[in-house]
Amino acid sequence: MENLIALLVAAPLLGAAVLLCGGRRLDRIGHWLGTVLAAGSFLIGAVLFVDMIGKGADDRALHQKLFSWVPVESFQADIAFQLDQLSMTFVLLITGVGTLIHVYSIGYMEHDERRRRFFGYLNLFLAAMLLLVLADNYLLLYFGWEGVGLASYLLIGFWQHKPSAATAAKKAFLVNRVGDIGLSIAIMLMFTTFGTFAFGPVLEATGDTGEGKLTAIGLMLLLAACGKSAQVPLQSWLGDAMEGPTPVSALIHAATMVTAGVYLIVRSGAIFDAAPTAQLVVTVVGAVTLLFGAIVGCAKDDIKKALAGSTMSQIGYMILAAGLGPIGYAFAIMHLVTHGFFKAGLFLGAGSVMHGMNDEVDMRKYGGLRKYMPVTFITFGLGYLALIGFPGLSGFFSKDKIIEAAFAAGGTQGWILGAATLLGAGLTAFYMTRVMLMTFFGEKRWQPDADGNEPHPHESPSSMTIPMIVLAFGSVFAGGFFGIGDRFVNWLEPVTKFEHPHPPISIPVITGATIAVLLLGVAAAYLQYGRKPIPVVAPRGSLLTRAARRDLLQDDFNHVVLVRGGEHLTRSLVYLDHKGVDGVVNGTAAAVGGLSGRLRKLQNGYARSYAVSMFGGTAILIAATLLMRAV
Amino acid sequence: MSFPLLTATAVLPAAGAILTAAVPAARRTAAKWLALLFSLGTLVLAAVVLVRFEPNGDRYQLTESHTWIKDFGVHYELGVDGIGVALIALTALLIPFVIVAGWKDADPLETKDNKRWRPTQGFFALILMVEAMVIISFEATDVFLFYIFFEAMLIPMYFLIGGFGDRAHSGTDEAAATQRSYAAVKFLLYNLVGGLIMLAAVIGLYTVTGTFSLSEIAELRANGGLEMSTNVERLLFLGFFFAFAVKAPLWPLHTWLPNAMGEATAPVAVLITAVVDKVGTFAMLRFCLQLFPEASKWATPAILVLALISIVYGALLAVGQRDIKRLVAYASISHFGFIILGIFAMTSQGQSGATLYMVNHGISTAALMLVAGFLISRRGSRLIADYGGVQKVAPVLAGTFLIGGLATLSLPGLAPFVSEFLVLVGVFAAYPVVGIIATSGIVLAALYVLVLYQRTMTGPVKAEVSGMKDLKARELTVVVPLIVLLIGLGVFPKPLTDIVNPAVTHTMHDVNKQDPKPEVEAAK
Repeated sequence: MENLIALLVAAPLLGAAVLLCGGRRLDRIGHWLGTVLAAGSFLIGAVLFVDMIGKGADDRALHQKLFSWVPVESFQADIAFQLDQLSMTFVLLITGVGTLIHVYSIGYMEHDERRRRFFGYLNLFLAAMLLLVLADNYLLLYFGWEGVGLASYLLIGFWQHKPSAATAAKKAFLVNRVGDIGLSIAIMLMFTTFGTFAFGPVLEATGDTGEGKLTAIGLMLLLAACGKSAQVPLQSWLGDAMEGPTPVSALIHAATMVTAGVYLIVRSGAIFDAAPTAQLVVTVVGAVTLLFGAIVGCAKDDIKKALAGSTMSQIGYMILAAGLGPIGYAFAIMHLVTHGFFKAGLFLGAGSVMHGMNDEVDMRKYGGLRKYMPVTFITFGLGYLALIGFPGLSGFFSKDKIIEAAFAAGGTQGWILGAATLLGAGLTAFYMTRVMLMTFFGEKRWQPDADGNEPHPHESPSSMTIPMIVLAFGSVFAGGFFGIGDRFVNWLEPVTKFEHPHPPISIPVITGATIAVLLLGVAAAYLQYGRKPIPVVAPRGSLLTRAARRDLLQDDFNHVVLVRGGEHLTRSLVYLDHKGVDGVVNGTAAAVGGLSGRLRKLQNGYARSYAVSMFGGTAILIAATLLMRAV
Repeated sequence: MSFPLLTATAVLPAAGAILTAAVPAARRTAAKWLALLFSLGTLVLAAVVLVRFEPNGDRYQLTESHTWIKDFGVHYELGVDGIGVALIALTALLIPFVIVAGWKDADPLETKDNKRWRPTQGFFALILMVEAMVIISFEATDVFLFYIFFEAMLIPMYFLIGGFGDRAHSGTDEAAATQRSYAAVKFLLYNLVGGLIMLAAVIGLYTVTGTFSLSEIAELRANGGLEMSTNVERLLFLGFFFAFAVKAPLWPLHTWLPNAMGEATAPVAVLITAVVDKVGTFAMLRFCLQLFPEASKWATPAILVLALISIVYGALLAVGQRDIKRLVAYASISHFGFIILGIFAMTSQGQSGATLYMVNHGISTAALMLVAGFLISRRGSRLIADYGGVQKVAPVLAGTFLIGGLATLSLPGLAPFVSEFLVLVGVFAAYPVVGIIATSGIVLAALYVLVLYQRTMTGPVKAEVSGMKDLKARELTVVVPLIVLLIGLGVFPKPLTDIVNPAVTHTMHDVNKQDPKPEVEAAK
């Protein structure tokens, strides 16, 4: 059975290779080939899953070693896979949602002349993401980690002729590279501390070293997670990443790649469990980001950017849960999976709306679309209800558990984290209701564009609506299926360990409070966006609104400090290199012995004479030495 | 006596150079094919060396030894260890690509009188001559023999830089000629000064040891018959190191490289940075560490600082460049910083990483620079600002350029990642702070590569670019094998590490160093 693991990665990798090198003759079948290989990977995953649940809970993990990758003395990295319950969860999510999004893209990218290449990149992404979650050591995980970064770069910048897309792609890659410093240093620390960086040996040996080392490793892993999962302070790239085609936003920048940071922390649980300081920082980063993303999400008029703020915020929930230790790991992953369903569904819905609206993304130019695209409306609506945590739907089960666990963190910390998650739930309800109302309700607000083309909103083709319907099912039922009877927790328990959270207030009170803030958020949004007509041009807004529209000014900070500062630095260095370093060296050369004047006569520009004088010089020196010896 | 394989590997390209130069003026194409044939023959011989070499056998293999100048203690001594084998293979591998990529770079201009145009023959002959000298430098186990070829290769390089400039330049032909000869003279003077200082040290070494032979010196040292005071050892070390640091090049001796690489044609720029400069870093491993182990350790802190400056400084300067080829040159300076860092970390990972880095940097820079050359030859400009939107009109060119760039920024999955990470780990194990500062190179490399790609390849198509043709068959035969190698060595570098690791074990033994133990083990 374990020999199948490599095939999981190999199938989409083959697709990427064939589609990217195949040339135009594959244009007609490329998208089908890509989709079939994604589905094939899903089927292999399903077979492995069935096999896995047939075994006892404690011996489900499979290993497959392919070959030795980088062997230098004690530094030994293998290309080897590990498939346990945690990896399996991701495999099914990645290949399942991935296949649906391949199907959706067939319709969405139909009129793009580079559709074959798009599918090649999507397959490349699947292969890299599977490598990331299947690796059995941190260096191979790094391989997958950068692989998804590359796929993300290529896909954000898929429409490279747009300068904004090219800039956004570059920004995403660069910010992620800052995170990569964290991952590199973490691996180096593991190597110098434990002599290895394979999951098994490292995570078993955490007791052999001091808390200081583990805290350092934990914080470095967190830095990596912040980059990949768009957490404060490395969150600035995610909003811009919406320049990519919408299926990419759904798959990479909502359901899978951006959650890799959560995977990294949960996978490294043993390190964090032994480093409480690092855990505290993780929860703080999660709490800050969940509020940050929610506030940004409230102010955006671009439907994809509003959803991107929401993604950031929801991943903040997951990171926070992962920072809580064994009471939170399983819930972090459970929310990750349900979020994968409903956020992917919401993005596909947004893509469907844009498809019918001439690629307009400004929600102020939508309105009343429920009449024109009923399937999109219903599936998007179910995703919306799931995301805000409407009782009975997926998000209700998974988010509620994180709020309980946050309160259970204990002491003041517990109250602060709990309050943040509750406040976040209210904000989530607000911004999502706002998106819903601005898009599907009210009067139509679109107008002909500059060329006089008026959008004719229409429902999307079935290749697009079917994936949306499937994901809507997941959004409605997955949470209940996972949550009732602790099914999901029991499934992951052998890998992530589990302790029941014991919040200081009773669970029904927390659930009640969650529902109350949810209703408050919905009501506030209704009062502002449901009762009153929505202006087509955004009002000036309060100071906070204006700041939130600019992603709470982080880009402005980056621009002034990093971009401008960096430009000045490089410019002055270029000047200095020419005038300074070069000048000093040349000057010294000229000054030596005051020979420059006489040398100038010799510099007659004939290379021959240089060569002759060089040989002459050497010959004299050799002769002199020989003479010395003779004497 | 067995067949002198190592001599043959160097003599074959030298013979090729002479024959190529002798081809009549009108038979330019024949001269090109002849040069290519000889470079491929050399590649075959290098492959035989690779096969015959036993990684776990003696330190130096396939040795040849003859007394040359008896009175002077000079021997014609050749031998290769794993590091030398890897670099000979790299050299022999890259030269055919350099020749094919430069196929038209020395053709007569249309306005000139074609019949009497001879420089084409000279161009290819000089490339083969450089190959021969570089290969013998990698083989020499006699200090004086090494020195002669280390210096002699300056002559063909000087003519290649000064005589065959990049035809894409801004300004008049005359101004371009001035810049070119400035670059060539600067290259020559820097390296000559380095070489002269080294010559003094070489002679000094002889007066101390009475021989130039590495094996004899090693014997003396083992028997305790070597009397070298600390100060003398340090002085001699500095003399050698200075020459190698100019060649490598290390900050602040780097300024000749951007001029030389900018003005030379792209294939010659590859020859400089991917092949000739490697002799400098190779020699640090072979001569500095082996002959002067204590002085090497004494100088380590200062060298690590200079290497760190090279990494950061080179990368920042690369970000600020407006000329594509100068950008690649500064990127190389940053990468040479990594190589030197790995060598002087004095750990197995650092030194194996540094050796791998030399090979991988050669391949990745060749890929990036040669595609850049193809791009520049189409538009006739080296300035980044003159490009934009190329991916729309020449997607294959843009794609291969991106892969070359991704290799330059050490993306996992491509060969340079393996070597860069090994260097970082090796340095971190011995000097954690240095290792952490060096990781800044990870971000800066991404910055200069992606900015270059964005400005040249993406965005709206510029009018001057709109008619640009995609890569031709000849160009693809250069680029595709290099990319395959980058991926192959990125995923499966084991054949290379198997050859290099035992050699590094010897070098570690020379300097009497052991890898630091992991904390957990040390505690037990």
